[in-house]
Amino acid sequence: MCRIGAIKSLNYVHPSQALLLMQSQQKGHDNSGFAMVMHDLGGIFEGYKHLPTLSLACTDEGLKIAEDMLHAAGFQRVLQWVPDTSQQPGLDIIAMPNYVFETFDYPKHYKKAEAKEKEDLLLDMRLKLRKALEKDELGFVYSFWPDVLTLKEIGDPKDIGTYFNLWEPDTKFTAKVITAQCRQNTNYDIVRYAAHPFFLQGYTALANGENTFYLKNVEYQRKLHRGYIGFESDSQCFLYTLHYVHRELGWPLSYFKHVITPLPFEEIGKREDQASLLAIRQSLAHLEINGPNTIIGVLPDNTLFTCCDAKKLRPVVIGRSAEMVVFSSEVCGVNEILPDRDWETDIYPHEREVVAIDSSLEVHRWKQ
Amino acid sequence: METMKVNDITANDLPWKIRYDASRCTLCGSCVAACSFRAIIPKVERRRMVFSEGDFPEPKQRFSAVPVIRQAHSIKNYCRGCGICEKVCPNDAIGPVRNVDSRHPIVTRCLGGDSIKRGGRKNLEGTTRTLDRLRVGRISQMTDPSLDAQRHTFDMLAPFGRILPSRKLPLGVSPEGLLQADGQTPPVHWIYPVIIGDMSIGALSWRMWEAVAMAVAYLNEECGLPVRMCSGEGGVPVKLLKSKYLKYMILQIASGHFGWNRIAKAMPHMIEDPAGVLIKIGQGAKPGDGGLLMAQKVAEHIQAIRGVPKADLLSPPNHQGLYSIEESVQKMFLSFNAAFKFRVPVAIKVAASATSVSVFNNLVRDPYNIVGGFFVDGIDGGTGAAHEVSLDHTGHPIVSKLRDCYLAAVNQGRQGQIPLWAAGGLGKTGDLAADAFKMICLGANGVFTGKLILQMAGCVGNEMGRCNACNTGLCPVGITTQEPALVHRFDVDRAAQNIVNYFLAMDQELKKLMAPIGNSSLPVGRADALVATDRAVAERLQIQYVC
Repeated sequence: MCRIGAIKSLNYVHPSQALLLMQSQQKGHDNSGFAMVMHDLGGIFEGYKHLPTLSLACTDEGLKIAEDMLHAAGFQRVLQWVPDTSQQPGLDIIAMPNYVFETFDYPKHYKKAEAKEKEDLLLDMRLKLRKALEKDELGFVYSFWPDVLTLKEIGDPKDIGTYFNLWEPDTKFTAKVITAQCRQNTNYDIVRYAAHPFFLQGYTALANGENTFYLKNVEYQRKLHRGYIGFESDSQCFLYTLHYVHRELGWPLSYFKHVITPLPFEEIGKREDQASLLAIRQSLAHLEINGPNTIIGVLPDNTLFTCCDAKKLRPVVIGRSAEMVVFSSEVCGVNEILPDRDWETDIYPHEREVVAIDSSLEVHRWKQ
Repeated sequence: METMKVNDITANDLPWKIRYDASRCTLCGSCVAACSFRAIIPKVERRRMVFSEGDFPEPKQRFSAVPVIRQAHSIKNYCRGCGICEKVCPNDAIGPVRNVDSRHPIVTRCLGGDSIKRGGRKNLEGTTRTLDRLRVGRISQMTDPSLDAQRHTFDMLAPFGRILPSRKLPLGVSPEGLLQADGQTPPVHWIYPVIIGDMSIGALSWRMWEAVAMAVAYLNEECGLPVRMCSGEGGVPVKLLKSKYLKYMILQIASGHFGWNRIAKAMPHMIEDPAGVLIKIGQGAKPGDGGLLMAQKVAEHIQAIRGVPKADLLSPPNHQGLYSIEESVQKMFLSFNAAFKFRVPVAIKVAASATSVSVFNNLVRDPYNIVGGFFVDGIDGGTGAAHEVSLDHTGHPIVSKLRDCYLAAVNQGRQGQIPLWAAGGLGKTGDLAADAFKMICLGANGVFTGKLILQMAGCVGNEMGRCNACNTGLCPVGITTQEPALVHRFDVDRAAQNIVNYFLAMDQELKKLMAPIGNSSLPVGRADALVATDRAVAERLQIQYVC
């Protein structure tokens, strides 16, 4: 079963913490991959929070194509960071030749553009890059967004950490929000895009479990938004629903849960807000999910949240200290990162609950 | 010896022959009295008997007149194979036997100069049903556990009414961060995914209709299953229109508008809204044909409800004034919506055909968001009366057409906006739950069924040509007749009980199908849960082929 985890901190945190969090749950996953998304970047990226960073794994040819396309579109590179890799023999990792994290300035004619225009430009650019690099697997474009960085790889998470020199903490490569998952998805072919977390326009989502309404979700989502593509994993749908509900429809986060796991009709009938709950259930029936899962998500304002399926068939626990909140599939993950916390205040979200952590680490709990 | 006339009708020309054993017959007369078709008659035969009375054989012969039971050699009173004679015979002396050498289709037309009419369902059989080539193949296990059908709760409800696309929902966010409805939405009722199909109060006997209505009320009020029934075109008794039970009825209007005068007049006195209005454009059993109720079934109370004299009642195939989907149906929908003050969903029923997807596509784009449901009815649907040629040779199977409609909606990103309801031979094998479940996986929101309900109540007709005399008004079990003597054979309570019990069993079976695929709400469009054992079926329906 997948193991998932997330860290949100008042201070910048190195990804080694995420690796530790996941590694402590090692018996619960199959060493087939590791992936993470970092929001609210520190270190060398701290001065460029307003500019988009491209996260790319590619061949030499793929890199050239991508850079040419970005330059042709008017993007100007302001920062490039290539992680030092340790190519030791015997590491269980199927690596790509290049891992590139580049920050770009917007094209000149976008300097005065509205935020939404810029956001659409970034999405379209990423989709174009992905399409161009898809043939012959020239490259994988995970994210192209301000203050966000994504790393995904196939192999043993421990070795992936070694390969990217992520076990040794430093101050160059840090973030305040890190979400991570161990294990590649098993429903389809092992491809890099299939690894969680998934990212779209500031939204990140990862999940363990299954989505038995995958086909319904996909058939519906394909027509909802141009960015809803790929579907390499059945839980990719969770991200798109989050994006659709929160960004496209503009509904508060608490309604995400009402969409994916609507209340039974009997309970809706007893509620004061039954008119809106019924309307949601009717119109978004194809975004409902069925099957066991726990979802962790990040919003563009770096709010971190989690919720579970309506039968609570997948575990998640939240541990806290004054400066850090940790989400983990297993409590051993939280113990690893926050050994001295007051474990009596740990939160075990129930099947109808959404737990969200805002920027000041205040905990918000909503009962559906 | 009589002169032989080769064109005379004999039992051998008819579809059924009566097996009669005079030696077992006690001449009680039950069979003759019970045969509603007058297909058997008492007759006197001159019998020769050889006997001997002395100590040594001394054969003598004697002639005597003996009463016996004979089959009527009449094209009017031919045996329908219903088997009522067999049922009532205390000695197993009589019963119908299918005649493989029947010349019925030829002699009937020759003698009558008219088309053969009958009720029932399509009788041309020969292939395995498409639905029987499908299996529920995706079973949850390990990381995605099956549910427990006994313990888990299931949300088995289907929408009836127009569903707005999410971007058009009139929802605003309040200062407290709550969504609030700030406008009107079309009426939607969430009901049980199996509707009792439209059978009119003229087609059914008043007791059968009462049994169905009773079963529906019981299912709703005692069993918690929100089952709805459709009235059929013939109108509804005024007492029911004014009762609280109207909320379980979907009122149908067809081209004949039969009964709507009374419905319109009863509107001010209605204490409940009806569950919906269904505009019948076409039906699956005899597509392109209107309604047909033979004069022999137009009893006095039918005349009163429909507001017509005793005559053959024919609904024309088309609604007068409906010449384009856009204008006419909108006009009609608007009028029905307005009549019930936009509180009652209005749906449309069409026959499955090569053109039904075009109609569906057009309705899906309806800018008024007023089409509350698309009912598609396939060739295997039943009917009370139709020309045999229509029943056997016109129409379109339901499975692929339902799938076409669903995929057409998927292609436009509009699935679910007009709920899809499908029918036409569902439950033909007796297993409605399996058929309904497969149709739902293929994209139906729910199904409707009529013929099976009759079979629950005791209908002896089948698809092999047995009985199918619903058009004659002589239904031997009192289901589709208005003859008091026949209707009194029918046990209202038992029929209602059978319907209720069948629904309870089916409800359990639907859960037993939903649980293994891990779904607690209806798996609408979950074609990935199905596999086909036939490659052509798999390709056509876009599901996985297994062998």
